Parts: sequence; structure tokens; C-alpha cells
Amino acid sequence: MKQYDLVIVGGGPAGLAAAVAARDAGIRDILIIERDGRLGGILNQCIHNGFGLHTFQEELTGPEYAHRFIEQVQERGIEYKLNTMVMEIRKDKTVVAMNGDEGMFVIQAKAVILAMGCRERSRGALNLPGYRPAGIYSAGTAQRLVNMEGQMPGKRVVILGSGDIGLIMARRMTLEGAKVEVVAELMPYSGGLKRNIVQCLEDFHIPLKLSHTVVKIEGRKRVEAVTIAKVGPDRRPIPGTEERYECDTLLLSCGLIPENELSKGAGVELSGITGGPVVNDALETSVEGIFACGNVLHVHDLVDFVSGEAAKAGEYAARYIQKGDKREGRSILLRPMEGVRYTVPTFIRPQEMPEEVTVRFRVADVYRDCAVVTYAGDRQISRRRKKILAPGEMEQVVLKKEDLMEEGIEDITIRIEREA
Amino acid sequence: MEERQLTCIGCPMGCQLQVLMDGKEVQSVTGNTCKRGEIYARKEVTDPTRIVTTTVRVLGGAVPVVSCKTGADIPKDRIFDCCHQLRDLEVKAPVRMGDILLKDICGTGVDLVATSEAAARS
Repeated sequence: MKQYDLVIVGGGPAGLAAAVAARDAGIRDILIIERDGRLGGILNQCIHNGFGLHTFQEELTGPEYAHRFIEQVQERGIEYKLNTMVMEIRKDKTVVAMNGDEGMFVIQAKAVILAMGCRERSRGALNLPGYRPAGIYSAGTAQRLVNMEGQMPGKRVVILGSGDIGLIMARRMTLEGAKVEVVAELMPYSGGLKRNIVQCLEDFHIPLKLSHTVVKIEGRKRVEAVTIAKVGPDRRPIPGTEERYECDTLLLSCGLIPENELSKGAGVELSGITGGPVVNDALETSVEGIFACGNVLHVHDLVDFVSGEAAKAGEYAARYIQKGDKREGRSILLRPMEGVRYTVPTFIRPQEMPEEVTVRFRVADVYRDCAVVTYAGDRQISRRRKKILAPGEMEQVVLKKEDLMEEGIEDITIRIEREA
Repeated sequence: MEERQLTCIGCPMGCQLQVLMDGKEVQSVTGNTCKRGEIYARKEVTDPTRIVTTTVRVLGGAVPVVSCKTGADIPKDRIFDCCHQLRDLEVKAPVRMGDILLKDICGTGVDLVATSEAAARS
């Protein structure tokens, strides 16, 4: 059996940043396993710009951002295998993988970092009524077809869901000569960034219909028309509000789900809200020595935050390999309250944590003129005013070790409070 | 006097901005909550520009297309002209990241720059 100190599953932005940080923390024996034929993951098909403002203080396209990290991996001589599929990760940190050259093989790792990313919610998961003709794609599939394979999925397009990928694809299809008829969004607000709504829809006069969903798909062989209708507060279609659009393509941009089939097999505990592993302050899952970062942990909006989080996972995995685990110490539960849907991490160990830990979270609704308030037990430890909070934008608070050292803190709560 | 309506892109607030124009002169910006809104509005009504990202076909490459961008902002109303000019452009593999694929697109003075690599087909 081959042995490595650290195996990283996935060579996208999370896996690359984790590998670089683990090497810089002194781990020499690292293997990245990537399923695709090149490193970089989903960034390779995200050819638009706007990546890297936080990390590099400049606006890069996806492939350029990936390239910066691929170079760092190559400069450090970190080993990677392409076209290689991980089949199983076991609790004892053995990893079963296969590729065309080596067949199936087993690797024993001292630590594993999960960096498999996420998947798009499919038509089946959305329960869309109507026929099942050709011409229905997830927005990311269409993005790959157009940007990497040079193929146009269709000429007249309706898009369901206003997530960033859907908005980006509305512009992309328009620039390639397609007519995007409408973007329909079930919720009364868009999950996409304001910048994308303006620069991908308004620039091209593409209507965005909030509180709308698809109620009918016509066409036996190919999509011929899509009917959308307004929905009420219960998110059910309102009869009489139907509008029919003739089109040949329906793109779906209706949310992303962390891809944790492998994690489940390893016995990693998953969160019912994020769909990703439950982790502590070291981004370590319920299985000792298995860490998680990036979109497999929770879906991010900005790749810069993925890189930052993944670098932490790399450092923590290195520390685990070098010093072993200390699980026996005090562990405090982070509770999301009023308006906060979840937090990552879920547990904080005051003795083990560094001086500061960044807690990332999402809110449940749009809140204006409010504050993000953090309590250690009953004691308020931070209060930050916010003009606006929206579910589409990941938020964060920084916990300080000094605030959590006193004995008897039962939990840490983060909540949204109204400002006077 | 002409009034223009804009949505600010500075943050998730998405303030609805009203810009009063006297010909090409900005008279006032209202509806913004912070300074960024006014800066955005003034630029957007007088000189709106965008970086355009797209792909062009590759001849003899291991991949069919290579991604590219305008090396700098171009005027917003020239986006479609540029896409038209690029529609029939084909470049020969290999292409390296940063290669200039076309000089001075549509007389904008801006070059088209490769943002990914296309190795030659083996």
C-alpha cells in the first residue's frame, strides 16, 4: 500500500490552497487526487472576471485565478494525479482510487482533506412538471459546453433561478448570439450578487421576474416552450398569472449542494442545513484526521474565501500530522439563532483554537438596519452594525480566544438583532 | 434635464440611484447611501465601460476553444461590435496565458488577451 502524510481529494481552488498551505507548514509528503484532466476545478469554466479581489487585489478570470495556485503547487513540487477518481475514503484514512494507468489502488494517509466541491441542484430535485425533452441543462453544464467545449446549447433561452451562475450564463449566451427571454426566480429576492444583476441582465435588457417559477415545459423531442407563473408567499403558483415563452432551452440555476458521497462513506457527520460536514475550529470533521474545506463544507459565493478557508484546513491538517489530535479538551457548541441559518465551524475548542477563528454563516432572510451579535453564554462579546444582510452573501464574525477562556461557557450564540 | 435610474453595484444594498443630467453634465446624484454610490453613478452615466470575457476557436489545439478577455475596459456600447469581430476569429495552438490574440479590437485601442492555455494537439 502506498503511504502519504496527506491526501487531498479534489484539485480545485480548495484542494490547491490546502496543499500549498500544508506544504508551507512543513508537510512534504502530499498527494492531490483530481478527477478531471487538469487542475483548477470549476474555475476552468468560469471565464468571466471578478475573481481574486481579496486575495490578489486585482480582478482575474477563473482560469487565471486557478493558474496562480497551480503555479504555487508546481513550484513546491507537490505531487498530483489527474484523471483519477477516488472511490472510497475509510475511517482509518485509507483512500481507494482508480485511473486508467494504475487501475485500482489503495493509499494510506495520516490525514485527509475533503475538497470535492459541490453539485448543482438538478431538475429531478426541483420537481418541475412537464415533458422531459432535450434542451434542459443546469447552468453549469451549459457553462462548460460554451466555455470549454465551444458548443452552444441553444438559441432561445429561459433561465430558472437567479443564482450567480444563471446570471453569468444569461450574459454569456447573449454574447454568443442567443436570445435570453427571461430569468425567473422563485424567491422575492435574487440569490445573485447585485453586480451580476446589473452587468449580466440590465446591461442586456433581460427581464428578471422575482417570485416566479416554471409551471410547464412543452416539447417532446426538444424544448419548444416554457411557461412561468407568479407564486404567492407560500411559493405556490397563482392561477391566471401564467406567461408562455417559446424557446429551445431551459437553464436551471437553483442552488448548489456540497458533494459528500465520499464523506458519508467515511462516516463523517453531515449538517442537515449546509449538506456539508460538521467541523470544529480546526475544520476537522467528526472523523479524527479528516478535514474539509471549500464548497464541500458549505457553498461559498467568492473563491477568495474558499482559498482562505482551505489554507486554514491545510495548516490544521499539518498540525494534526505533526502533533496528533487533542480531542479531550473543552468543546463549545456554536448555536445559530434568530436569523442565522448555520455556522461553520459548529464547535470551538478554546484551548486548542488559535488566537482568532473566523466563523462563517448565512442569514435566513433579507434584514435591514440590524446587528450581528455574538454571545458567549449570556455575555455579549461582539456587536457589529449592518445596513443590510442577505442570504446570498456569506457573513462572518471573528471569535477571539481571550473571550472564550473562562470556565463555564456553555454555548456561543450568533443572532441578528434589530438596531434602534 | 434628464433623469437616469441606476442600481448601485457597490454592495448588497443595491441602492436605487437617480442621476439628474444636464446634457452630458451630472447635476446631482440622489438615492445613494454612501460615497461609493455617487462615484459609481457619475462614471456609469458619463463613461460606462466593461471588461468583456469570451472564447475564440483554436486551430490544431488539444482543446476546441481558448478563453480570453479585453486587456482593459471597453465602452459598454461597443460590447456587441467586439463580439461580432471575434465571432470568426481562429487562433493557432499553442496558446499561452497572456498571449495577445488580436490587437486593437474594433478600434477601441484595447487588445484581446488569452486567459487560459491551449496546447497543440499531439
